[in-house]
Amino acid sequence: MIRNSILLILVAGVGIILWQELSVFQSPEKLNDVAGYYAKNGHAETGAANIVTSVVVTYRGFDTLGEVTILFITATIIGFLLKGKQAKEAWKRPDSEFLITASQVLIPVIFLVGVYIFVNGHLTPGGGFQGGAVIASANILWLSALKNSKINHNLLEFAESFSGFGFVLLGVLGIFMAGGFLDNKIFSLGTFGTLFSAGAIPVIYSLIGLKVGSELSKIVIDLNQTQEDAE
Amino acid sequence: MKHLDIEYLSIITGVILFLIGLWGILSQKNIIKLIISFSIIDTSTHLLLVSIGYLKNRTAPIIESNIVEPTAAMQKIVDPVPQALVLTAIVIGVGVTALMLTYALRLYKEKNSLEIDKYISLKW
Repeated sequence: MIRNSILLILVAGVGIILWQELSVFQSPEKLNDVAGYYAKNGHAETGAANIVTSVVVTYRGFDTLGEVTILFITATIIGFLLKGKQAKEAWKRPDSEFLITASQVLIPVIFLVGVYIFVNGHLTPGGGFQGGAVIASANILWLSALKNSKINHNLLEFAESFSGFGFVLLGVLGIFMAGGFLDNKIFSLGTFGTLFSAGAIPVIYSLIGLKVGSELSKIVIDLNQTQEDAE
Repeated sequence: MKHLDIEYLSIITGVILFLIGLWGILSQKNIIKLIISFSIIDTSTHLLLVSIGYLKNRTAPIIESNIVEPTAAMQKIVDPVPQALVLTAIVIGVGVTALMLTYALRLYKEKNSLEIDKYISLKW
Protein backbone atom coordinates (compact mmCIF):
# COMPACT_ATOMS: atom_id res chain seq x y z
CA MET A 1 0.00 0.00 0.00
CA ILE A 2 2.75 2.44 1.00
CA ARG A 3 4.70 1.32 -2.05
CA ASN A 4 1.77 2.07 -4.33
CA SER A 5 1.23 5.53 -2.80
CA ILE A 6 4.89 6.41 -3.31
CA LEU A 7 4.63 5.27 -6.92
CA LEU A 8 1.45 7.30 -7.38
CA ILE A 9 3.18 10.43 -6.03
CA LEU A 10 6.14 9.79 -8.35
CA VAL A 11 3.97 9.36 -11.44
CA ALA A 12 1.88 12.40 -10.48
CA GLY A 13 5.11 14.41 -10.11
CA VAL A 14 6.23 13.43 -13.62
CA GLY A 15 2.74 14.33 -14.82
CA ILE A 16 2.97 17.80 -13.27
CA ILE A 17 6.38 18.40 -14.89
CA LEU A 18 5.04 17.36 -18.29
CA TRP A 19 1.89 19.45 -17.78
CA GLN A 20 3.97 22.55 -17.14
CA GLU A 21 5.91 21.89 -20.34
CA LEU A 22 2.63 21.43 -22.17
CA SER A 23 0.97 24.59 -20.86
CA VAL A 24 3.65 26.81 -22.41
CA PHE A 25 3.78 24.81 -25.66
CA GLN A 26 2.83 26.82 -28.72
CA SER A 27 2.00 25.01 -31.92
CA PRO A 28 4.31 26.55 -34.56
CA GLU A 29 2.76 28.81 -37.17
CA LYS A 30 5.25 28.04 -39.93
CA LEU A 31 7.87 25.41 -40.73
CA ASN A 32 11.27 25.75 -39.10
CA ASP A 33 14.40 26.24 -41.23
CA VAL A 34 15.28 22.58 -41.83
CA ALA A 35 11.73 21.52 -42.64
CA GLY A 36 11.28 24.63 -44.76
CA TYR A 37 14.37 23.73 -46.78
CA TYR A 38 13.08 20.19 -47.35
CA ALA A 39 9.63 21.50 -48.35
CA LYS A 40 11.08 24.11 -50.70
CA ASN A 41 13.89 22.17 -52.38
CA GLY A 42 13.13 18.51 -51.63
CA HIS A 43 11.10 17.78 -54.74
CA ALA A 44 13.55 19.54 -57.06
CA GLU A 45 16.67 18.04 -55.50
CA THR A 46 15.50 14.45 -55.09
CA GLY A 47 12.51 14.18 -57.45
CA ALA A 48 10.44 12.33 -54.85
CA ALA A 49 6.83 13.43 -54.36
CA ASN A 50 6.77 12.08 -50.81
CA ILE A 51 8.99 14.43 -48.82
CA VAL A 52 9.18 12.05 -45.87
CA THR A 53 10.73 9.49 -48.21
CA SER A 54 13.27 11.98 -49.54
CA VAL A 55 14.21 12.82 -45.93
CA VAL A 56 14.48 9.16 -44.89
CA VAL A 57 16.34 7.84 -47.94
CA THR A 58 18.43 10.77 -49.14
CA TYR A 59 18.88 13.61 -46.65
CA ARG A 60 19.04 11.31 -43.63
CA GLY A 61 20.01 8.18 -45.56
CA PHE A 62 22.99 7.47 -43.34
CA ASP A 63 20.65 7.33 -40.36
CA THR A 64 18.50 4.80 -42.22
CA LEU A 65 21.57 2.68 -42.96
CA GLY A 66 22.34 2.66 -39.24
CA GLU A 67 18.78 1.73 -38.46
CA VAL A 68 18.82 -1.21 -40.85
CA THR A 69 22.07 -2.26 -39.17
CA ILE A 70 20.40 -2.13 -35.75
CA LEU A 71 17.60 -4.33 -37.05
CA PHE A 72 20.16 -6.77 -38.46
CA ILE A 73 22.03 -6.92 -35.15
CA THR A 74 18.75 -7.48 -33.29
CA ALA A 75 17.80 -10.36 -35.59
CA THR A 76 21.27 -11.85 -35.18
CA ILE A 77 21.21 -11.60 -31.37
CA ILE A 78 17.76 -13.19 -31.27
CA GLY A 79 18.94 -15.99 -33.53
CA PHE A 80 21.99 -16.47 -31.31
CA LEU A 81 20.01 -16.46 -28.05
CA LEU A 82 17.36 -18.85 -29.30
CA LYS A 83 19.84 -21.16 -30.95
CA GLY A 84 19.28 -24.62 -29.60
CA LYS A 85 18.67 -28.10 -30.74
CA GLN A 86 16.97 -28.48 -34.08
CA ALA A 87 13.22 -28.78 -33.85
CA LYS A 88 12.15 -32.38 -33.80
CA GLU A 89 9.82 -33.56 -36.53
CA ALA A 90 6.85 -33.93 -34.26
CA TRP A 91 3.46 -34.91 -35.57
CA LYS A 92 1.13 -31.96 -35.73
CA ARG A 93 -2.59 -31.96 -36.01
CA PRO A 94 -3.43 -30.95 -39.59
CA ASP A 95 -5.06 -27.55 -39.95
CA SER A 96 -8.59 -27.09 -41.14
CA GLU A 97 -9.24 -27.07 -44.87
CA PHE A 98 -10.73 -23.55 -44.74
CA LEU A 99 -7.69 -22.09 -43.03
CA ILE A 100 -5.27 -23.71 -45.48
CA THR A 101 -7.21 -22.68 -48.61
CA ALA A 102 -7.87 -19.14 -47.39
CA SER A 103 -4.26 -18.55 -46.40
CA GLN A 104 -3.00 -19.97 -49.70
CA VAL A 105 -5.13 -17.35 -51.45
CA LEU A 106 -4.22 -14.55 -49.05
CA ILE A 107 -0.46 -14.99 -48.62
CA PRO A 108 0.52 -14.10 -52.22
CA VAL A 109 -1.88 -11.13 -52.15
CA ILE A 110 -0.35 -9.83 -48.91
CA PHE A 111 3.14 -10.25 -50.40
CA LEU A 112 2.00 -8.28 -53.44
CA VAL A 113 0.57 -5.47 -51.27
CA GLY A 114 3.89 -5.27 -49.43
CA VAL A 115 5.83 -5.04 -52.69
CA TYR A 116 3.39 -2.40 -53.99
CA ILE A 117 3.86 -0.33 -50.84
CA PHE A 118 7.65 -0.26 -51.02
CA VAL A 119 7.91 0.16 -54.78
CA ASN A 120 5.66 3.24 -54.58
CA GLY A 121 7.37 4.61 -51.50
CA HIS A 122 8.49 7.80 -53.23
CA LEU A 123 4.96 8.66 -54.46
CA THR A 124 2.46 7.56 -51.82
CA PRO A 125 2.43 7.21 -48.03
CA GLY A 126 4.45 4.13 -47.20
CA GLY A 127 7.83 2.81 -48.12
CA GLY A 128 10.40 0.20 -47.34
CA PHE A 129 9.74 -0.16 -43.63
CA GLN A 130 5.97 -0.40 -43.96
CA GLY A 131 6.17 -2.73 -46.96
CA GLY A 132 8.70 -4.90 -45.15
CA ALA A 133 6.39 -5.15 -42.14
CA VAL A 134 3.51 -6.20 -44.43
CA ILE A 135 5.71 -8.91 -45.98
CA ALA A 136 6.65 -10.14 -42.50
CA SER A 137 2.96 -10.30 -41.59
CA ALA A 138 2.40 -12.58 -44.62
CA ASN A 139 5.15 -14.81 -43.24
CA ILE A 140 3.45 -14.85 -39.81
CA LEU A 141 0.23 -16.04 -41.48
CA TRP A 142 2.24 -18.67 -43.33
CA LEU A 143 3.84 -19.92 -40.11
CA SER A 144 0.59 -20.08 -38.17
CA ALA A 145 -1.71 -21.43 -40.87
CA LEU A 146 0.49 -23.76 -42.92
CA LYS A 147 2.32 -25.44 -40.06
CA ASN A 148 3.57 -28.40 -42.05
CA SER A 149 5.26 -26.45 -44.84
CA LYS A 150 8.73 -25.01 -44.49
CA ILE A 151 9.91 -21.50 -45.30
CA ASN A 152 13.12 -21.56 -47.31
CA HIS A 153 15.79 -20.22 -44.94
CA ASN A 154 18.44 -19.93 -47.64
CA LEU A 155 16.18 -17.68 -49.69
CA LEU A 156 15.56 -15.46 -46.65
CA GLU A 157 19.27 -15.20 -45.86
CA PHE A 158 20.02 -14.47 -49.51
CA ALA A 159 17.39 -11.69 -49.64
CA GLU A 160 18.81 -10.24 -46.44
CA SER A 161 22.47 -10.19 -47.48
CA PHE A 162 21.69 -9.15 -51.07
CA SER A 163 19.58 -6.16 -50.01
CA GLY A 164 22.05 -5.04 -47.36
CA PHE A 165 24.94 -5.28 -49.80
CA GLY A 166 22.97 -3.51 -52.54
CA PHE A 167 22.05 -0.66 -50.20
CA VAL A 168 25.68 0.01 -49.28
CA LEU A 169 26.81 -0.47 -52.90
CA LEU A 170 24.32 2.13 -54.17
CA GLY A 171 25.45 4.47 -51.41
CA VAL A 172 29.10 4.09 -52.38
CA LEU A 173 28.24 4.53 -56.08
CA GLY A 174 26.81 7.90 -55.09
CA ILE A 175 30.30 9.03 -54.03
CA PHE A 176 31.74 8.34 -57.48
CA MET A 177 28.80 9.16 -59.79
CA ALA A 178 27.02 11.97 -57.90
CA GLY A 179 27.43 14.37 -55.01
CA GLY A 180 28.14 12.05 -52.11
CA PHE A 181 27.30 8.96 -50.10
CA LEU A 182 23.69 7.84 -50.77
CA ASP A 183 23.09 10.62 -53.30
CA ASN A 184 20.13 9.52 -55.42
CA LYS A 185 21.18 11.24 -58.64
CA ILE A 186 23.19 8.24 -59.87
CA PHE A 187 20.17 7.48 -62.09
CA SER A 188 18.27 10.15 -63.99
CA LEU A 189 15.56 11.85 -61.95
CA GLY A 190 12.87 11.11 -64.56
CA THR A 191 9.45 12.74 -64.75
CA PHE A 192 8.22 14.03 -61.40
CA GLY A 193 5.41 11.92 -59.97
CA THR A 194 5.83 8.78 -62.08
CA LEU A 195 6.95 5.33 -60.91
CA PHE A 196 10.38 5.55 -62.57
CA SER A 197 11.47 8.83 -61.05
CA ALA A 198 13.49 10.16 -58.14
CA GLY A 199 16.71 8.45 -59.24
CA ALA A 200 17.90 5.75 -56.88
CA ILE A 201 15.20 6.29 -54.22
CA PRO A 202 12.78 3.54 -55.41
CA VAL A 203 15.66 1.07 -55.79
CA ILE A 204 17.09 1.84 -52.34
CA TYR A 205 13.65 1.78 -50.73
CA SER A 206 12.86 -1.59 -52.36
CA LEU A 207 16.12 -2.98 -51.00
CA ILE A 208 15.23 -1.61 -47.54
CA GLY A 209 11.81 -3.23 -47.87
CA LEU A 210 13.37 -6.62 -48.71
CA LYS A 211 15.83 -6.23 -45.86
CA VAL A 212 13.24 -5.27 -43.24
CA GLY A 213 10.85 -7.98 -44.45
CA SER A 214 13.47 -10.72 -44.23
CA GLU A 215 14.84 -9.53 -40.86
CA LEU A 216 11.41 -9.40 -39.25
CA SER A 217 10.49 -12.76 -40.78
CA LYS A 218 13.70 -14.22 -39.38
CA ILE A 219 12.86 -12.93 -35.89
CA VAL A 220 9.35 -14.38 -36.10
CA ILE A 221 10.60 -17.73 -37.43
CA ASP A 222 13.19 -17.98 -34.62
CA LEU A 223 10.59 -17.21 -31.96
CA ASN A 224 8.13 -19.64 -33.53
CA GLN A 225 10.69 -22.44 -33.61
CA THR A 226 11.48 -22.00 -29.93
CA GLN A 227 7.79 -22.15 -29.15
CA GLU A 228 7.61 -25.48 -30.96
CA ASP A 229 10.54 -26.78 -28.92
CA ALA A 230 8.84 -25.84 -25.68
CA GLU A 231 5.65 -27.73 -26.46
CA MET B 1 -10.18 26.71 -25.06
CA LYS B 2 -6.93 26.02 -26.85
CA HIS B 3 -6.40 22.64 -25.18
CA LEU B 4 -9.26 21.13 -27.17
CA ASP B 5 -7.50 21.63 -30.51
CA ILE B 6 -6.34 18.49 -32.24
CA GLU B 7 -2.61 19.06 -31.69
CA TYR B 8 -3.07 19.65 -27.95
CA LEU B 9 -5.44 16.70 -27.63
CA SER B 10 -2.91 14.36 -29.23
CA ILE B 11 -0.09 15.73 -27.05
CA ILE B 12 -2.23 15.24 -23.93
CA THR B 13 -3.03 11.68 -25.04
CA GLY B 14 0.68 11.07 -25.51
CA VAL B 15 1.47 12.37 -22.01
CA ILE B 16 -1.29 10.22 -20.47
CA LEU B 17 0.00 7.14 -22.30
CA PHE B 18 3.53 7.94 -21.07
CA LEU B 19 2.29 8.13 -17.47
CA ILE B 20 0.37 4.85 -17.82
CA GLY B 21 3.52 3.15 -19.16
CA LEU B 22 5.65 4.64 -16.36
CA TRP B 23 3.16 3.41 -13.77
CA GLY B 24 3.25 -0.04 -15.35
CA ILE B 25 7.05 -0.21 -15.33
CA LEU B 26 7.23 0.86 -11.68
CA SER B 27 4.41 -1.23 -10.25
CA GLN B 28 4.24 -4.49 -12.22
CA LYS B 29 6.22 -7.59 -11.32
CA ASN B 30 5.54 -9.78 -14.34
CA ILE B 31 8.18 -9.49 -17.06
CA ILE B 32 5.64 -9.64 -19.90
CA LYS B 33 3.66 -6.82 -18.31
CA LEU B 34 6.88 -4.79 -18.02
CA ILE B 35 7.52 -5.30 -21.73
CA ILE B 36 3.96 -4.17 -22.52
CA SER B 37 4.56 -1.04 -20.42
CA PHE B 38 7.73 -0.31 -22.39
CA SER B 39 5.74 -0.63 -25.61
CA ILE B 40 3.13 1.82 -24.30
CA ILE B 41 5.87 4.39 -23.54
CA ASP B 42 7.26 3.75 -27.02
CA THR B 43 3.88 4.52 -28.59
CA SER B 44 3.45 7.64 -26.48
CA THR B 45 6.75 9.09 -27.70
CA HIS B 46 5.73 8.44 -31.31
CA LEU B 47 2.43 10.25 -30.73
CA LEU B 48 4.21 13.18 -29.04
CA LEU B 49 6.78 13.54 -31.84
CA VAL B 50 4.19 13.50 -34.62
CA SER B 51 1.90 15.96 -32.87
CA ILE B 52 4.77 18.39 -32.23
CA GLY B 53 5.40 18.41 -35.98
CA TYR B 54 1.75 19.17 -36.73
CA LEU B 55 0.80 22.57 -38.09
CA LYS B 56 -2.76 23.84 -38.23
CA ASN B 57 -4.83 23.39 -41.42
CA ARG B 58 -2.02 21.74 -43.32
CA THR B 59 -1.81 18.46 -45.18
CA ALA B 60 0.55 15.50 -45.41
CA PRO B 61 4.04 16.20 -46.84
CA ILE B 62 3.35 14.65 -50.23
CA ILE B 63 3.55 16.91 -53.25
CA GLU B 64 0.82 16.36 -55.81
CA SER B 65 0.04 18.97 -58.42
CA ASN B 66 -3.71 19.28 -57.73
CA ILE B 67 -3.44 19.36 -53.93
CA VAL B 68 -0.03 20.80 -53.06
CA GLU B 69 1.79 22.64 -55.83
CA PRO B 70 5.57 22.34 -55.52
CA THR B 71 5.94 26.11 -55.26
CA ALA B 72 3.40 26.46 -52.43
CA ALA B 73 4.70 23.48 -50.44
CA MET B 74 6.12 25.64 -47.64
CA GLN B 75 2.67 27.02 -46.82
CA LYS B 76 0.72 23.79 -47.20
CA ILE B 77 2.50 20.83 -45.61
CA VAL B 78 3.24 19.79 -42.05
CA ASP B 79 6.78 19.23 -40.76
CA PRO B 80 8.20 16.11 -42.51
CA VAL B 81 11.19 15.65 -40.16
CA PRO B 82 9.34 14.30 -37.07
CA GLN B 83 7.44 11.91 -39.33
CA ALA B 84 10.71 10.54 -40.74
CA LEU B 85 12.06 10.23 -37.18
CA VAL B 86 8.97 8.34 -36.02
CA LEU B 87 9.26 6.02 -39.02
CA THR B 88 12.74 5.18 -37.76
CA ALA B 89 11.62 4.91 -34.14
CA ILE B 90 8.77 2.47 -34.89
CA VAL B 91 11.12 -0.05 -36.52
CA ILE B 92 13.65 0.27 -33.71
CA GLY B 93 10.79 -0.19 -31.24
CA VAL B 94 9.83 -3.46 -32.92
CA GLY B 95 13.43 -4.65 -32.67
CA VAL B 96 13.74 -3.68 -29.01
CA THR B 97 10.44 -5.36 -28.11
CA ALA B 98 11.47 -8.55 -29.91
CA LEU B 99 14.81 -8.52 -28.08
CA MET B 100 13.10 -8.03 -24.70
CA LEU B 101 10.70 -10.89 -25.42
CA THR B 102 13.64 -13.11 -26.32
CA TYR B 103 15.37 -12.33 -23.04
CA ALA B 104 12.10 -13.04 -21.21
CA LEU B 105 11.95 -16.40 -22.98
CA ARG B 106 15.51 -17.24 -21.94
CA LEU B 107 14.80 -16.21 -18.36
CA TYR B 108 11.68 -18.36 -18.31
CA LYS B 109 13.65 -21.36 -19.53
CA GLU B 110 16.19 -20.75 -16.77
CA LYS B 111 13.85 -20.52 -13.78
CA ASN B 112 10.37 -21.42 -15.03
CA SER B 113 8.99 -18.14 -13.78
CA LEU B 114 8.30 -14.66 -15.14
CA GLU B 115 8.00 -12.90 -11.76
CA ILE B 116 10.95 -10.58 -11.20
CA ASP B 117 10.88 -11.39 -7.48
CA LYS B 118 12.32 -14.82 -8.35
CA TYR B 119 15.43 -13.34 -9.94
CA ILE B 120 17.54 -12.37 -6.94
CA SER B 121 21.04 -13.34 -8.08
CA LEU B 122 21.90 -9.76 -9.05
CA LYS B 123 20.15 -8.16 -6.07
CA TRP B 124 22.23 -6.34 -3.47
